[in-house]
Order: sequence, then structure tokens, then C-alpha cells
Amino acid sequence: MLFLMAAGLTLIFGVMGLINLAHGSLYMVGAFAAAAAAAATGSFLVAVAAAIAAAAMAGVIVELAVIRRLYVRDHLEQVLATFALILIFSEGTRWIFGSFPLFLDIPSYLSGPVSLPGGIQYPLYRLVLILVGLLVAVGLWLFISRTRIGIQIRAGENDREMIAALGVDIGSLYTFVFALGAALAGLAGALVGAIQSVQIGMGEPILILAFVVIVIGGIGSIRGALIGSLLVGLTDTLGGIFLPELFKLLVAPDVATSTGSALASMSIYVLMAGVLIWRPTGLFGARA
Amino acid sequence: MTYKSIAIAASIGMLATGAFAETKIGMITTLSGGGAGLGIDVRDGFMLGIKQSGRDDIEVVIEDDQRKPDVAVQLADKMIQSEKVDILTGIIWSNLAMAVVPAATAQGKFYLSPNAGPSALAGQGCHENYFNVAWQNDNLHEAAGAYANTAGYGNSFILAPNYPAGKDALTGYKRFFQGNLAGEIYTELGQTDYAAEIAQIRASGADSVFFFLPGGMGISFLKQYADSGVDLPVVGPAFSFDQGILQAVGPAALGIVNTSQWNKDINNPTNSAFVESFVAEYGRLPSLYASQGFDTAQLIVSALGSADVSDQDAFRDALRAAEFDSTRGDFAFGPNHHPIQTIYAREVIQEGDVFTNRIIGVALDNHSDAYAADCKM
Amino acid sequence: MISEKALNAILMSLLFCVPLWAWVSDEPFTITLATRAVIFALAAVGLNVALGLGGLVSLGHAVFFGIGGYAMGILAFHAQTYSPLMEWPFTISGTKLMPVIWLMAILFSGAAAFIIGLLSLRTTGVYFIMITLAFGQMFFFFAISWPAYGGEDGLSIYIRNSFPGMNTLDPIQFFGICFAILSLVLWLNVRLVKSPFGLALNAARQSSERVEAVGLDPFRLRLIALVISGMICGLAGALFADLNRFVSPTMFSWQMSGELIVFIVLGGLGRTFGPVAGATLFVVLEHALGGIGEYFLFFLGLLLLVVVLFARGGLYGIITGRADR
Repeated sequence: MLFLMAAGLTLIFGVMGLINLAHGSLYMVGAFAAAAAAAATGSFLVAVAAAIAAAAMAGVIVELAVIRRLYVRDHLEQVLATFALILIFSEGTRWIFGSFPLFLDIPSYLSGPVSLPGGIQYPLYRLVLILVGLLVAVGLWLFISRTRIGIQIRAGENDREMIAALGVDIGSLYTFVFALGAALAGLAGALVGAIQSVQIGMGEPILILAFVVIVIGGIGSIRGALIGSLLVGLTDTLGGIFLPELFKLLVAPDVATSTGSALASMSIYVLMAGVLIWRPTGLFGARA
Repeated sequence: MTYKSIAIAASIGMLATGAFAETKIGMITTLSGGGAGLGIDVRDGFMLGIKQSGRDDIEVVIEDDQRKPDVAVQLADKMIQSEKVDILTGIIWSNLAMAVVPAATAQGKFYLSPNAGPSALAGQGCHENYFNVAWQNDNLHEAAGAYANTAGYGNSFILAPNYPAGKDALTGYKRFFQGNLAGEIYTELGQTDYAAEIAQIRASGADSVFFFLPGGMGISFLKQYADSGVDLPVVGPAFSFDQGILQAVGPAALGIVNTSQWNKDINNPTNSAFVESFVAEYGRLPSLYASQGFDTAQLIVSALGSADVSDQDAFRDALRAAEFDSTRGDFAFGPNHHPIQTIYAREVIQEGDVFTNRIIGVALDNHSDAYAADCKM
Repeated sequence: MISEKALNAILMSLLFCVPLWAWVSDEPFTITLATRAVIFALAAVGLNVALGLGGLVSLGHAVFFGIGGYAMGILAFHAQTYSPLMEWPFTISGTKLMPVIWLMAILFSGAAAFIIGLLSLRTTGVYFIMITLAFGQMFFFFAISWPAYGGEDGLSIYIRNSFPGMNTLDPIQFFGICFAILSLVLWLNVRLVKSPFGLALNAARQSSERVEAVGLDPFRLRLIALVISGMICGLAGALFADLNRFVSPTMFSWQMSGELIVFIVLGGLGRTFGPVAGATLFVVLEHALGGIGEYFLFFLGLLLLVVVLFARGGLYGIITGRADR
């Protein structure tokens, strides 16, 4: 799931050279749109479609109104403008939907556990999530490497002016890419919203995680985003389970649980700092 | 740079009487950002209580702390230094309370807590001007432990986020629970994915699960737990099962037993009137937090009835006497100014489209807290 | 249009006179607000050394701010509970003396800046932003879950620390201390910009290769800039903790780092006094907009956006009529 989020972000980040702190807000917009649509129609598929549409719409609006002016600015101003967008989105959403968390549930045909070979019980919905993640990964890869627009995007990544000179409408191309990234965030928001809580500020923790993922993977690399999300997920989970156990061997159990967990919550950042020190442009990053 | 004071309170309509107000109450609570729902409930409950008192000599100044300790401290300074309030109240979170309360009481103001009850303020750090109208933080967890005994659980898996309130929660549960622990884990604060924890629960061989995961964390956990196929009984404090949050958890919470000092079906005239008028006024069911805000207002009004706030000693005695009709029925203060009250076990049910709670029994009768002995007042 | 120098003078005298006026007319809260502005300004001036002068966009400066805060918190906590800070190899007890606390805050945040700088200055651009963010988050989570000093609850210090010969609990006197420190740091900052080091650093921001060609090491220049910057932020953190008589992990949060950047850009990037103007404006806005109601953050966001998009020079740019430095 983190991958969906990171893929959308890395697309915007790498291709357009833009730091978008507001990506988490688009994720939140997706989740809220899904919850609202699900409450109105009762259909999960409609909800997911609504999430994608709403996030993409928000993406287009934001791109046209704000982001467009930021491409030529330096990172500092991008950080700041999108930081401002976070405030606007969070409070705006709260204005519309109120302060209480919304409800969004897994559809009945996807709920409950399934038995995997080997007798392990695993929730069906999570399998579906993994599947969707893989599908998006393959789809994006095909899209970027095989289609005409994909070629234009990659060309634009290397040289804006050149491709504009070749007659490609770079403005609408970028709007499209941004909307695509936003739609992915919206999709992630809707899918995750069903198993987590749909509330204000839900985008920020995952935003930071997504940044960690793409920085580890290398900016602009879809493959990097995939590997990065796997690494982060593994570190986080394993760290959470094994660090406290490890500490139990050394000190009293009480202290061990809390110290271990304290260190576990830092572990992914340690991982990221480590990767960057070892490879300053991430695992699959080519450009500085 | 002159500062213009703002009283959102005036929006309620009957308080635009600042000119001859005799008692000024400052409310610092969380009205924006994450967690604003709790602050809004406390505020609405409190204002309802003030309104129903019919007194027009009470002025309430309300400010938003954005859930940031430094903002809360600053607002407290403002209310004390420039608004010159007599009583402070409203803070939701323990960490904000720890930032504001000691300074406020040290400056000779009364502080009445409608929600947070950190142990430091109940024990050695207690103060004669600090009253807690809600609970000491450990209370509901202790009740959950006591309930687990009655329910016959012998092997619990317990989890909470890794921060002070989380540790207090597990300590509170363990203080009363007599069975074994199948596992004890601290999760990351703000964690949203509990697959790993649920896998550990599945593997642990526990016969019950206790968790304290406030806000969005609880919603995420419950949804994922319900979907995981693990069907061990779950016990928790009321925070994850309250009116504001329950609709977001949905069917995943049905049947779960949680502990609370209040519920809308507690049978006394004050409570039924409160629930009815709250619904009429705001168009939603009241929550635990709203009841706490309401009780806080009631307490202040009752104390003002017998003493003036400028006579600190008399007013303090009047507060301590707690002669008001609580929505919880019987209510009294212990020696450390924390409540002695009955804590109920309640079950999540569905009424029509709305998820809500029903009381199924008493978890702890007339319960005080573990820190009262450390309090030298 | 007013010249930049005149504006500096106006700004500083305003910042000084308003609290004085408030003191005379007995409005202690206005003094508290002004003190808050001064302390934020100090932190932003610190960040500006790295950001404006060194071109290092750091999203992790809250680390130094927080370390300063905790230096104060921990020392004062031990002093107020009369427990020694350390018993081995020699006994160190806590203290409530401001100068000692400041020194510790500066030392520790400087050391942290040195270590973080050593590790993260190998990266550039976006990666630098991200790695500083990562360090910030590390400290944040550590502070939340470390039980010894309160974790997320933070530490309350009941009485403000003392400065020889002054009553620091009196708002105006505490303001005076903060204002004096800010003035001193600003003066040093002006000197720094004109010094050979400042010139070299500025050159390194514009072209790393050329500086290298002259035989200077841009890595070292930046590292020193980061350490100085961290020290100033640490000092500001200690003062901020003293203003609130409270420290908590929110001082480490990435939103805090973000706000520091906001101060600089609001005021005007690359100007010595820009951060002061930005921080003052922010504090004023925070209070003026707070009155609009629950949704003031929404408007703050809009305003920020407008400044970034249309008023590039920030407040200084608007008033002096020059958009670029």
C-alpha cells in the first residue's frame, strides 16, 4: 500500500522535479471521498472510483492553480508552498466533513480470512491489496516504458525545453502526470481507509513514510519505490517484533519492551540515513 | 499589536454580558487539527451546562490549543495575565495538562480537568486548587482488568502505544488483572497497520486481548482485528468505543466490552435530561467527553451557588463538597481531588443505524485511584 | 519605499518598544507574545545561517531547537528534584542558572549539528532535505518514547530559571534577556556575513566547484555553517523552554522545522533581519487569525501560499520594493 503512495509521489517528484508535501493531503481527499461515496451508495467499487476521481480532480486544480508556478522555483519554495497546501487541505476537509472520523468498511465479499497453503490464515483483503499494488506496478511500468505519453514523460524529465520545442504541450503533460500521481494517492487512500481510520491528518504519517521510501529507492525510480517500500515495511515490522525480544535477553523485560519499541520506531529513519550515507542518491537513483 | 480578546462563547448567545460578569472561566481545549472531536464535545457539553444553569454572571472564554503544549501554555498565560480569569478548564490531553496545570495552580487559579488525569497530578504533584472531574488516567484500565477477572479470562495479550499514557494503561490493567500475560507489546504512536501485532496475538495462545489505542489507532486496530479471523474476546477502555468514534469503527466493534464511568443509559433524571437536551441542542448523541464537560460546568455552578470565587478557601470547600447532580449518579472527590466513582462495563450495540453502548454490569464499585496516598495537600 | 537599513532599525525598535509600552500599560501578555516572537526570531536567524547563507535547506532544524529545550529541561528537572544528573565518574547536579544552561544547550546542539552534518552533508539537494528530515524524525520518536524525561508528556519546570541579578519571572526582564541575546546574535551574524568565512560560504552556495578551485573545502565550510546554525537554534530552544517553563517532544517535530523555514521566507530570504520580521509577523498573525475561529489554519495556509507565489521577497521584498536580494 505504501508502494501505491510512493509510486505516485515518485512520479511527481522525479519526473517533475517537485517536492510535494501535499501528497498526503491528496491521499486524505481520496479516503474522505471514498467514505462519503460509500455512505451515499453503499458500493465499495463506486467509493474507490470516487476516490480516484476526487483525488485526480484535486490534483488538477492544485496543479493549475499553484504547482504550475513552482517548477522553476527552488526546493525551498516548493516545500513551503506545499506545506501551506497541507494546512488548507486539512482544515478545508474538516470544514466540510466535521471533526469526527468517518466510516469506511471492507465490502463483505472481500472480508474475512482465507487459508493459504501451509495452513496460514491471512485476511483476503490484504491479499487483494497486494494484488492491486502489483497490478499498478506492472501497469505503471508498461505505461512509462511502452506508451507514447510515457516516452514524452521520460523525455520531459531529461530536458523540459527540448521536448517543448519538439511540439509537445508540456503544460498539459505535467498536469496529466500530476493528476495521475494524485489519483494513485487517492486510490491508496480509499483502499487503506477501509482497514484504517478515515480522519483528518491521516496523510501526514504516511507522507513521511512515502518520502522515506522514495529516497531509499532513489528519486524517480518506480522500481526503487517498490524495493524501498518492501524494505521499509520489513524493517518496521521486524524491528517492532524483534528489537524488544532482543533487549529482553539483555535487560529486565519491562525496560526491554519500552526501550526496544523506542528504538524500533526510529529504525526506518536509521535505515534511510544509512542508505543515504552509503549511496547518496538512493539505491536506484541515477541523478543527484 | 494590541490583543483583542475573543470569546467564542458569545456565539451561544446568552453570554454577551461581559460587562457585569462576575466569574470568568477560561477554557483551553482542542478545536482544530487531529483530535478536535474530543475538544468540541467537551466544549459543547460544558456550554450546555452553563446555559442550563440560567446564570448570566458567568463569562466563558474559549481558545483553541491546536493540541500543542506550547500553544496551551501560551493561552494559559494569556488567560491568567490579560483576561484575568478565575477558573481554568478544558484541556483534553495529559501532556498539555502537565504543561499548563502546575503553572496555573501555582499562580493561584483553580483548574478543573474535564478529561486528562495524569498520575503525577494525582499523587505527589497534587494541588489544592486542582480538581479532576473525569478520572485518573489509570481508572478505566483498572476497571478493564477487574472486568477481565469477572469474565474469567486467565491469559491476556495486552498492547498500547509507546508513550506515557500507554504505559499507564498497561500498568493500570495489570494492577487489577489476576491472570497471566500471554504477551505485552508497545506499538508505535500513530501506527496504522497492526498486521504484525495481530499475528503475534494469534500465535500467543491468549484467551483475551486488552488494548488501549486512542483515536485513529483504535479504529485501525479494530477493523483489522475483525477482519483477521482471530476471535478472542477484546476488552478496552471507553476511549476507542465512544459515540464520536464508534460510527467510524462500524460493525467491527459490535459486542466488545469496554469500561466507562458514564453511559447514556445510566438511569438518573440528570442524565436523561442531559442526553435529551444535548441531542436537541446539537443534533447528535452526547459522548463520554460531552458528559464530562457537562459535569464540570455543573460542578462550577453548584460551587458558585454557595461561595464566591474570590473567596478562595470557601470556593475550594464548595468544589470539594461536589454537591451537584452528576450525569453519573453518585459522585464524590477523594482526598486528592480526584473522583471516587463507579465504573461500568458496557457493550457495543447497534440501535437502528447508530452504533452505541449499553451497560452490562459494574466493573469497579466506588473506585478511587492508586495515587491518592502519595498526595500531601 | 524604505531602504533595508531603515527597515531593520524600525523593526528592531518596534520589537523593543511594544513590550515597553505594554509594560507601562500593564499588559503582561503582550510582553509574553513579544518574547515568543523574539525567541522564534532567534531560532530562525540560526537556521538562516545554514539556509540563507549556506544554501542548505534543512527540514531537521527542530532537532537543535529541541536539544536546546531538553538541555534546559533536564538540567532544571534535576535541580528541582535535587537528584544528581550523573554520579559516575563524577557527580554532576542539575542547575537553574541560565548561563550554564545556555552553554550546555549550545554545546550539545553544536555537537549534534556536527555529527548530523558529517553524515548528511555528503548528500545534496532534495536528498539533503530528506536526510535532515530523517534525523529530525529519529529524535522526535526517541523523545516521545524515552521514559526517563516524561516521554510525550514532556517535562514541566515550575519556576523559571534564574539569571544572576535579575528576576526572570518578571515578563519584561525575561524579555530583556531574550532581546539582548537576539541583538547580540544579529550583530555577530552581520559580522559573519562580511567575514572571509561568510564570503566563502556564500560563494560555496553559488558554485561549489569554483570554491574548490580556489583551494577551499566546501564540505568544511558547510559543516561549520551547520554547527553555528545548530548552536543558535539550541540557544533559542533553551530560551523557548524557559518561556513556557515546559519542554515536550513537539519541539522536535517536523512541523516545527517547517515553521522555522516559514519564518525565513515570510520575512525575506537571504536578509539578516528577514527572519526577525518573519517570526514577528507569524506570531502576530497567529493571534490575529486565531480570532477568526476554529479554521484559522486554513487562512494561514492561504496566506503562506500567496506569499510564496506572488511576493517572493517576503515582507522585506514588499516594503523595500526589491524582490531579489
